[in-house]
Amino acid sequence: MASARSTQYVMACIALTLAWPAVVFGHVQTGSASGIASGLSHPVSGLDHILAMIAVGLWGAQLGKPAVWVLPVAFPVVMALGGMLGLMGVDLPAIEIGIALSAIVLGIAVFVEAKPALWIAAVIVAFFAVFHGHAHGTELPEGTNGLLYSIGFVIATGLLHGVGIAFGLVHQWPAGKVALRAAGACVCIGGVYFLYGALA
Amino acid sequence: MKRSGIIFAAGLLLITASPARAHLMNSGFGPFYDGLVHPFVTPIDLLVLIALALLAGLRGPACGRSVLFALPTAWLAGMAVGIVWTIPAVPMWTNAAVAVLLGLLVATDRPWPPMVVAALAVVIGIVYGAANGGELADREVRAAAAFGIACSLFVTVALLAAFVVSLKPDWTRLAVRVAGSWVAAIGLLLFGWTMR
Repeated sequence: MASARSTQYVMACIALTLAWPAVVFGHVQTGSASGIASGLSHPVSGLDHILAMIAVGLWGAQLGKPAVWVLPVAFPVVMALGGMLGLMGVDLPAIEIGIALSAIVLGIAVFVEAKPALWIAAVIVAFFAVFHGHAHGTELPEGTNGLLYSIGFVIATGLLHGVGIAFGLVHQWPAGKVALRAAGACVCIGGVYFLYGALA
Repeated sequence: MKRSGIIFAAGLLLITASPARAHLMNSGFGPFYDGLVHPFVTPIDLLVLIALALLAGLRGPACGRSVLFALPTAWLAGMAVGIVWTIPAVPMWTNAAVAVLLGLLVATDRPWPPMVVAALAVVIGIVYGAANGGELADREVRAAAAFGIACSLFVTVALLAAFVVSLKPDWTRLAVRVAGSWVAAIGLLLFGWTMR
């Protein structure tokens, strides 16, 4: 009975994810307020970014201590590094492909409950964080307050990881483990979709 | 850190300052209150203040007490210098470097001696205080505003550092370190903005 109910919950989650509205790549909203509001809204303005950042939190929760805090520390710092490169005008190849691949790889890692060494997990997360950061860095509007934008941007990114970690806490229950793996599958499916969009 | 080192570092930062762009806001309650709210409406000052208080709190009560008195005192001294010589605002790249440095110090949580953290607070206090002093230079009542700023710093460091000192569970200290990594990330992005 409980198993059937868990399956229903998982199916409902998948249906909700598939029903997610319009696909949005992380671009700055035209006319949105500069500064902290723009920074706060940028990381949550693209589903591709959201999926990857929440997946980092999910994976960290699955891996447990110390990964649960190492990964969410590694991602924003290295993403900021990528953002810095983007702001400086340093070109990186295949940014959108890298972002889509990040969702695929992180989604698979959550789905299969991959438990690599901490440094390997940190390197994987950091590698993909560069793509996300670079995309954000190159898409910033002129005239935005740099400091306030940066504060809002980093806080929003960190809170997205927090959402992933909070959701990942269900990992301690058997049904929760299934739900997490389902969430990983959803992230992976989303990544495939974005990869298709990036390659098309 | 030797005194000559502190003076050299503070001097190096001051001579690279850029033109002032901010002025003390008018709270409507007089110069003391204008100063009191100033750190809370100046994002970079607030960021530096929070990061320094987190660092002091992580390093324990002795370090917290050192920074509690060192930072407002140095800030006051810096403001005096800034008022006399009308020191311009701290350049963006310096803000970025300070944010990265403080953020990494908080995130790595290494056992730095309280004197080192206090010396860092003195350097930062002089530099940012001097920039605040430059903003006060065109005001008639400067002393009350400067005192308001110093009081604001004292209370903020006291509350925040004491809060961090009181944290016992491991995860709460980790949360503080994560906040430090966010400060470092903000600093890195600021570097990008300076080179945009």
